[in-house]
Amino acid sequence: MRAEETYGAGTARVLAEEPGGEGRMWEKLLAKVGSGERFAGLHGTVRDGDGGLLLTAHVATDDDVEMLDVDLGGAGSYPALTPSLRAAFWYEREVHDLFGVVPEGHPRLDPLILPGGAYPRPGAGGMPERIEPDEHALPRHVAGPGVFTIPHGPVRSGVFESVEYLVETPGEDIPHLNVRPFYKHRGIEKRFEGLTVADGVLLAERVEGIASVAHALAYCHAIERMTGCVPPWPARLVRVLHAELERVANHLDVAMKLADAAGLAVATARFGWHKERVLRLVGRLCGNRFGRGVVVPGGVARLPEPVDLLGELGRLETGIERDARLLMDTSSFLDRLRRTGPLTCERAREHGALGPIARASGLAEDARTVRPYDAYDSLGALAPVHREEGDAMARLQVRWAEVTASFHLLRQVADELEKAGDGAVSVPVTDTNGRAVGWAEAPQGEVLYEVWIAGGRIVRCRPRPASFHNLALFHDVFTGDILTDFPFIEASFGVSIAGVAR
Amino acid sequence: MWVFRGLRDGVVTTRWPRRPDPYFGEWRGPATVISDGANDVEDLCPMRAIDTDASGRVRLDQGRCIQCGRCVEAAPDLFAWARDSGVAALTRTALVVPAETDETLAQVRERLRDRTRALGRSVHIRHVDAGSDGAEEWEVLALLNPVYDVHRLGIFFTASPRHADILLVTGAGTHGMAAPLRRTLDGTPDPKVVIAAGTDAVSGGMIAPSYATAPGIAEIVPVDVWVPGSPPSPFALLHAILLAIGRLP
Repeated sequence: MRAEETYGAGTARVLAEEPGGEGRMWEKLLAKVGSGERFAGLHGTVRDGDGGLLLTAHVATDDDVEMLDVDLGGAGSYPALTPSLRAAFWYEREVHDLFGVVPEGHPRLDPLILPGGAYPRPGAGGMPERIEPDEHALPRHVAGPGVFTIPHGPVRSGVFESVEYLVETPGEDIPHLNVRPFYKHRGIEKRFEGLTVADGVLLAERVEGIASVAHALAYCHAIERMTGCVPPWPARLVRVLHAELERVANHLDVAMKLADAAGLAVATARFGWHKERVLRLVGRLCGNRFGRGVVVPGGVARLPEPVDLLGELGRLETGIERDARLLMDTSSFLDRLRRTGPLTCERAREHGALGPIARASGLAEDARTVRPYDAYDSLGALAPVHREEGDAMARLQVRWAEVTASFHLLRQVADELEKAGDGAVSVPVTDTNGRAVGWAEAPQGEVLYEVWIAGGRIVRCRPRPASFHNLALFHDVFTGDILTDFPFIEASFGVSIAGVAR
Repeated sequence: MWVFRGLRDGVVTTRWPRRPDPYFGEWRGPATVISDGANDVEDLCPMRAIDTDASGRVRLDQGRCIQCGRCVEAAPDLFAWARDSGVAALTRTALVVPAETDETLAQVRERLRDRTRALGRSVHIRHVDAGSDGAEEWEVLALLNPVYDVHRLGIFFTASPRHADILLVTGAGTHGMAAPLRRTLDGTPDPKVVIAAGTDAVSGGMIAPSYATAPGIAEIVPVDVWVPGSPPSPFALLHAILLAIGRLP
C-alpha cells in the first residue's frame, strides 16, 4: 500500500486481523519487535457504524511506521500484550481508561490518565458524559515498617505542570514511585473529532505547548501523506527553522531546571536569559513565541519576517556554547548528575525509549535521520551523538550535542532561505480522505500522529507524544537514588505532562 | 567563575513599568477590531469569537482569541493585532472589543483596590496549573529570568498557598484539578486575588467544550483578573499582576 512517490513517507502499511485474531496479531507484532523493529504505541478507535473497537499498534521500521490493526468487535476483553511486551504497559492501561475493555492478564491495570468510571471512547462521535476523576485512584505498593508515601503534587512547589508523584520511601531511598498524570486530562482526542483539517493543526499545537511545532508537523505530515502533496522547498526550510529553534529552547529549559535544582543561581539566570532570547527570535520571525500558526497542512502560512537571522544565530550560539562549557566544568553540578537516574541500555532498548533519553542510553534513532521529512534529508547534518551511560549527565551531554547540531542546521536554513527567494509557501490540500500516520522528532523525542479523515473532517486523531512513552520509564530509574536526586531526574527527562495526560 | 559570567553582559533587565520597554508593545497579542460594518465575519474565526451586535457592529471576544490570525489575514481592514501586552481586564465582559462604556468597571477596580491595599509593596504568588498545555508555565517561569526579574518589583513566587496573596491559574480547569484548585484557594489567606492566565483559563479556549474540563476556571474559583493570550506573554502576565494589586502607573 505504500506509495513511493508520496512525500515524506507514503500512507502507512496496514496489517489487519479479523475479530478473535488478537493472539495471531500479537505474535506478528512480537516477531517484528524481535527482529529489531520498535514498538511505538497502541491505541483504540471506536469504529463508525457498528461501534466495535479497533486496536492499533504502531511499529517503527527502518523507513516507515506501520499500523497493525486488530478488530475486537464488541468484546469486553482481550488477551493482554504487556506480559510478553513490557513497553505496552502504560498503553494498555490507557486503552482500559478510555474504552473500558480489559486486557486479560495485564499485571497492574490501575487507572493512568482517566480514573472516572466513565469511558469517553474516542472515535465514537458525540460528547461523552462528564467525568469525575477519583483523586485516590492508585493503591500503595510498598509496605513495611517505617515506609511512608510522600505525595509530590498535584499542586507542586514552584512553577510546574500539575502531576502527582507518589514517592514510597523508608526515609531516603526511593524503592517505588507511582505517577498520577490524570489531573491534567483534557479530553484532547475527543476534541479533535469533527474539526476541519485546517482547524486540527491549531489543536495539535496545543496538545503539548512546548513542542507546538513538532506536533503541528506530525499532524500535517499525516495529512500530506493522505493527499500525496509536497510542500514547496521554502516551506520545508521554514518548518526546519522553527522545529530546530524549538529544540534549542527546550534543551535550554532543561539546562536551566537542572542548574536550578543544583542551586546555581547565575547559571539558572544565564540559561533563562538565553531561552528568552530564543523565544523572542521565534516571535520576531513568525509573530508567536512558540512558533504557533507557522505550520499548516500543505506548507507554512508565510515566510519569516526579515530579521538578521545569521547574525542573531551567531550571537546566540556563541553565548550558549560558552555558558554550556562552563556548566559542564562546574564539578559541584556534575557530581549531582553522574550516575543519577540511570537507565540501562537494555531497558531503553526493550522499552523503545525516545529522544535524548534514548540517545543517552545507547540508542541512536532519530526520526530526522532515519525517516527524514521536510528539508532534513537535503541539509547536511552533524554525525548523530549517542552515549552509553544512561544517567542524567549523559542526557545533558546529548542535549548539548543536539543544540550544536541544531545551530549547524539553522545556519544552513538561513543560507538556503536567502537563496530561495519569494515563492509559494504552500500547496492546496484537497480531497483529504483516509487514514495515515505522520511523525516528527520533537525535542522530547518522536511524536506520532494517526489521523482519520472523512469528508474533510477529522474522525479520529491520536497524538502519541514522546513524553507519554518516556514517562513510563520513570518507574525504572530511581534504583539507588535518594529524595534529593528527584528534581534532577525529573528535569533530565524533560517531559511535558500536558502531552502525557492529554 | 559564575560570578564573572553573571557580570559579562551587563544589565539585561527591563525597566518596565518605570520606563517603557519596546518589547511590551512588540508582542502580538489577541486580535482587535479596528473598524466596523461588515457582514459574514463570524465564520472567519475558528473559535467563534467574532459576532455582530444588534446594530451591526463587529465585536471580538479577546477572551476566546487564540491568536491564529485568520481574521487579520482575511479582513485586514476590519481586524488587526493588538500590539500591546496590556491586555488584562478586571471583568470578563471587558475583554470584548470594542469595549462598551461600563460604569461598573470603575466600581470593580475600586473594590479590588480596597481589597489589595494591604498587600503593599510585596506580594507572593502561588501558581496553579489547572490543565494548561505547558506553554503557559514557560511564560510564568520567564518572569523569574533576568530579563523580567519580578523580584525587583517585590513580586515573589511561593510554594505554599498559606504564604500566597495571588493565585495565578493556568489551563481551562480540568475536572481532575477542580478539587486541588479549590483546596489551594481555601488554603490562601484573605485578602487574595485570582488571576485567570491565558485564553484557556479565561474561556476554555480550544480545549472546551470537553467532557474533562470546565470552560475556564471561573466555574471553579472566583476570578478577579482576566488575561487573554494563548499563551499570554511574560509582559502580559506582569501587567495583570500589577493590575491586580493596583500598581500600574
